[in-house]
Amino acid sequence: MQRALPQEFSERINFAAGVIWILRVLVAVIVIWGATSTLAAGFYSPSQWRDLVIFGLAQGGVYALIALGYTMVYGILGFINFAHGEVFMSGMMIGYFVADYLNEVGMWNGNPVLAFLIVLVVSMFTSTSVAVLVERIAYRPLRESPRIVPLITSIGASFFIQYAFRGLFGAGVKSYPRMEALEGAVTVLGVRILKVHVLVIVAVFIMMALLYWFVERTRTGKAIRAVAEDKEIAALMGVDIDRAIVTTFAIGGMMAGAAGLLYALVFSQVFFFSGFLPGIKAFTAAVLGGIGNIVGAMLGGIVLGIVESVGPILILSGLGIPAPHQLKDVVAFTVLVLVLIFRPKGLLGERLAEERD
Amino acid sequence: MALLEVRSISKDFGGLRAIDHLDFHVEEGEIVSVIGPNGAGKTTLFNLITGIFQPDEGEIIFDGHNLVGLRPDEITRLGLARTFQTVRLFFNMTVLENVMVGLHGRTHAGILDTILSLPRQREEEEFIRQQAIDALSFFGTRLIGFRLNQPAFVLSYANRRRLEIARAMATGAKLLLLDEPTAGMNPRETLELTELIGRLRDEKGYTIVLIEHDMRVVKGVSDRVVVLDYGRKIAEGTYEEVAHNERVLEAYLGRKAVRSA
Amino acid sequence: MAKIAPVPEEAVLEDVRLKAPEVSLEQAAKLGGVAGIVAVFVSANGMVQAFAERDIISGILSMGYALLFLVPLIIAYLAAREPPVLEGFEAPQKGPRNVVAGLIVGAITGLFLVLFVLLASAVNLRRVFINISPQLLDLLTFGQGSGGLVLLAAGSLLMGAAGGLTQLLEAKWRRALWGAVAWTLLIGLLEVIVAQLFRGLGLNVLAPFFYAGTGGLTPVGAAIVFVIAFLYYWAVVPKVNQWQHAYAQMPAERQRSVRLSAVVAAVIVVAVTPQVLGPFVSEVLDLVGIFLLMGLGLNIVVGFAGLLDLGYVAFFAVGAYTTAILTSPASPRWSPEMSFWAALPFVILAAALAGIIVGTPVLRMRGDYLAIVTLGFGEIARLLLLSDWLRPVFGGAQGILKIPNLSIGPIVFRTPVDMFYPIVGFCLLAAYVSWKLKNSRIGRAWMAMREDEQVAEAMGVDIVEIKLKAFIVGAVIASFGGALFAVKIGSVFPHSFSLLVSITVLVLVIVGGLGSIPGVVVGTLALVGLPELLREFQEYRLLAYGVLLILMMLYRPEGLLPTKQWVRELHEEELMQDAWLKMEEDRRRAQAQAQTSQGDLPPAQPEEA
Repeated sequence: MQRALPQEFSERINFAAGVIWILRVLVAVIVIWGATSTLAAGFYSPSQWRDLVIFGLAQGGVYALIALGYTMVYGILGFINFAHGEVFMSGMMIGYFVADYLNEVGMWNGNPVLAFLIVLVVSMFTSTSVAVLVERIAYRPLRESPRIVPLITSIGASFFIQYAFRGLFGAGVKSYPRMEALEGAVTVLGVRILKVHVLVIVAVFIMMALLYWFVERTRTGKAIRAVAEDKEIAALMGVDIDRAIVTTFAIGGMMAGAAGLLYALVFSQVFFFSGFLPGIKAFTAAVLGGIGNIVGAMLGGIVLGIVESVGPILILSGLGIPAPHQLKDVVAFTVLVLVLIFRPKGLLGERLAEERD
Repeated sequence: MALLEVRSISKDFGGLRAIDHLDFHVEEGEIVSVIGPNGAGKTTLFNLITGIFQPDEGEIIFDGHNLVGLRPDEITRLGLARTFQTVRLFFNMTVLENVMVGLHGRTHAGILDTILSLPRQREEEEFIRQQAIDALSFFGTRLIGFRLNQPAFVLSYANRRRLEIARAMATGAKLLLLDEPTAGMNPRETLELTELIGRLRDEKGYTIVLIEHDMRVVKGVSDRVVVLDYGRKIAEGTYEEVAHNERVLEAYLGRKAVRSA
Repeated sequence: MAKIAPVPEEAVLEDVRLKAPEVSLEQAAKLGGVAGIVAVFVSANGMVQAFAERDIISGILSMGYALLFLVPLIIAYLAAREPPVLEGFEAPQKGPRNVVAGLIVGAITGLFLVLFVLLASAVNLRRVFINISPQLLDLLTFGQGSGGLVLLAAGSLLMGAAGGLTQLLEAKWRRALWGAVAWTLLIGLLEVIVAQLFRGLGLNVLAPFFYAGTGGLTPVGAAIVFVIAFLYYWAVVPKVNQWQHAYAQMPAERQRSVRLSAVVAAVIVVAVTPQVLGPFVSEVLDLVGIFLLMGLGLNIVVGFAGLLDLGYVAFFAVGAYTTAILTSPASPRWSPEMSFWAALPFVILAAALAGIIVGTPVLRMRGDYLAIVTLGFGEIARLLLLSDWLRPVFGGAQGILKIPNLSIGPIVFRTPVDMFYPIVGFCLLAAYVSWKLKNSRIGRAWMAMREDEQVAEAMGVDIVEIKLKAFIVGAVIASFGGALFAVKIGSVFPHSFSLLVSITVLVLVIVGGLGSIPGVVVGTLALVGLPELLREFQEYRLLAYGVLLILMMLYRPEGLLPTKQWVRELHEEELMQDAWLKMEEDRRRAQAQAQTSQGDLPPAQPEEA
């Protein structure tokens, strides 16, 4: 029987940690170097930076709304609902048809507030239905399975929904009608902001406040938190687990549906694949904020939105990389990878990715 | 020098002190039982020794090596293997494969050796197989023959426990840590296993530490008994000494009586 | 892992048996609703219409109708199936109830379809549902206007009844019937291959006899195929067991000669296949082979080691781009113009490196995080290849062109027919590597890690090392796929390396059965080969993949041709339930005996534990 020497052991332990440290330093150097050289070059004026930040804030708010769905489902069931991006897309898509109709009958611009509310309700309702259906069909029967099984089903559900929408509604990109009331900008506290962005930021804030109140204050919210904490004990305490889980999916769906409409008002386009990228980014936001943590998802979304909007230009252009906007998605994915490597519990994380140390 | 020496280790779980400045040692060739009421920190002690948790303070010296900071697989390769309180086999692998995994740390064939099917690799594979069957043969005919290629999950509860011990033996350990090896067994099986633990030491030369609730087993095999309560060692000695120790009776039996009331 | 309580075997008495549960009509009605929704869905999303272009039996049955009516047929068959025989229950009796269940499904499906047609002709849905066209409605009513509605309902009802009726047949007949139906449909669809097969084998005279020329079998051809397939399932398939038995009885020497002749036969078949099938089908087979290669690689990562990698395409891209840069004279930055074989070691090196780069950060991560991070890596790879930033090296969206053909000495592999051989060669290599590793120290460590990472570690398995090894082997195999893909196409573009490739490969592995090598082969032929041959399928490929992933996880998580491992794992629960039922029954029996009452026992209701 051969035994390795102890020195070899300690070296091996340090290997992984060493790689991580080198990576850490490397990332820090790249970020600082890129940022300082961009700022030193002074290509962008302060007002441009401010616009980027505001854009990022609006975008991040939408991510945050979607991220809530990921984080709540993760909190209660412990798996990543890969199909949540499609829940978001479905609201956006059905919302389009209603918006298009309202535009045709003249209400979209005739009575924009009412039109907005109608489409909001429709897209929230659609997303909620899709989320609840997916839970019922694809996840509930698998609740006791190893975690990888519902993850695979959720990938299946994601592709099914995408291509079902493609088959039913066509593959073409659909353009939301323009809402005149939202064109142009307003000046708030001396800062010029696009009206659309004001709407998005205000709406996101209201939704989040409502959600926070719901989860923290209502009976159902408490039931959900109890189930997330410990299913068996919650069941013993008389909480209806199925109902708590369905409610979680429904709330996630509502938030995603609202996010769908807001996203559509900013980007005014939707097609069957529209859910994929925002979905992945919202997941990144959820991880960034600390998955399972509702406030974390809100924070993570906003941070990610700003990083994604400001980051490529701030860091990459300073490094002399041409066309940094092409690498916007790369930045988002890199943030995801880096967060998972360096701080898997996220900014406000309660849970570790894995308790091993 | 003692084979295993635990020097003043402590472990906190979120403010709750699971192990509190525990000293503990095992001589070569000894059978030591660790007993104590539920939640006394017995399994935590095993988890600290085998590297699943890291102690907050203290050292664990095994065979001249400090185990603190080593990973579980490294500790196992130094010659210290364990079983689990809730039987944790590789249920979808065969009985033989389960034990063969135990030999992983003692063998070396890499990917290229395997793909090229080098003589070295084939010999080693044969060695692994042979060693695994040897370990299983220790339990008589229970786990060999047609059982070898059955998946682990079809085994009865007692056989699962036996298979777990065989898997630990296959790692080539000097010291076996058995976590409640007789839990869930009927009296006959318990008696048999008690005898077997003795044979493990006498015939195979293992040093053994076991956590046990069944006092007949503890009485039957232990050279020495260590009693834990609230993560501290409250008594140590032969079974007889410990059984009449007042603190033990108070902590252990006293609380038990309260619980059952 | 729940413990199975020991059950005394002698306790099973013959006299007391619980009544068998009956075919549930309520369940049939629910399934009928599902069938109705599915039928309406495949109509509304354009599948029926798109598939109607292709005939299966010329002038009689198009693929569109086949799809539409297979829905009630199959679901009726499922609804009419008796519940499984449980320990301690009587065997269920077949009877009219089976047929009634089938009829219910057929009726409800018909109702849904009729309502759908009525709604679609009353309201113009086309603005929203672009595929609900007048042509579709025409198809659904068989061109007969409102009279066609009766036909539609009747057809659906008939199919439901047929599905129910087949349940009354003995297993042997039932299998023969379904097998014959499946083969007739398949041979009808695969006209391209079969007709080419006739041509290649010099049996050209047969082709017009079987195929109508306008697509689809002739009615006579269909009948012949049906009869042959029926006889095959009826007479030959039941014998397979006997043959296996006979083979096992043979002396070792004869076994060896049987094996040898099987290998020789297989080699001949493989050697002749592309020649006979011609360039078009060979092209498809090449693609199948490349996906198969990747499937085998991902099977090691996901099936053996249990690491869900959603960015597998990144390794495929590494292989393709490394090959392109090293061999193509048109490589933008640096073109050493190596030969394929000289480049291969560098491809392996690059892939291994990529495996380490992706593997290292995720070493300590739990399964689902790993999935998302690998997905992120896959997308990062594609976006970087596409970016202007790295355009000087990878050529941006224009990719790298002019990759020379593969050659061994004087032999140059130019056509798809030629390329078939090296691709098969690499597939065999990958299969050998999988098989060899599976039954080795490393393979066992992978499986142990998949089963219980913490215990594997406590048994001396270095998780870090073994995970990296899984990533590296998987990456290298995928890079071979990429290298072959690059030389086969002659160019590489970033959009060949989208997420959809990763998903496709994952579906192959899962549908084939995690950890099962033959399963991956069959899965690839069906899921990549068929859509490539039939353009209409291509459109709905990912829809089908999504459905398959869900259905496989719900009903057959072990895959279609599984390894034993997963079957055990996933049916364990059933074993436990059986044990529970047995125990419960024993208890009841003991009670009944204690009360010495002979009355009917209440049926046991299994509860969720």
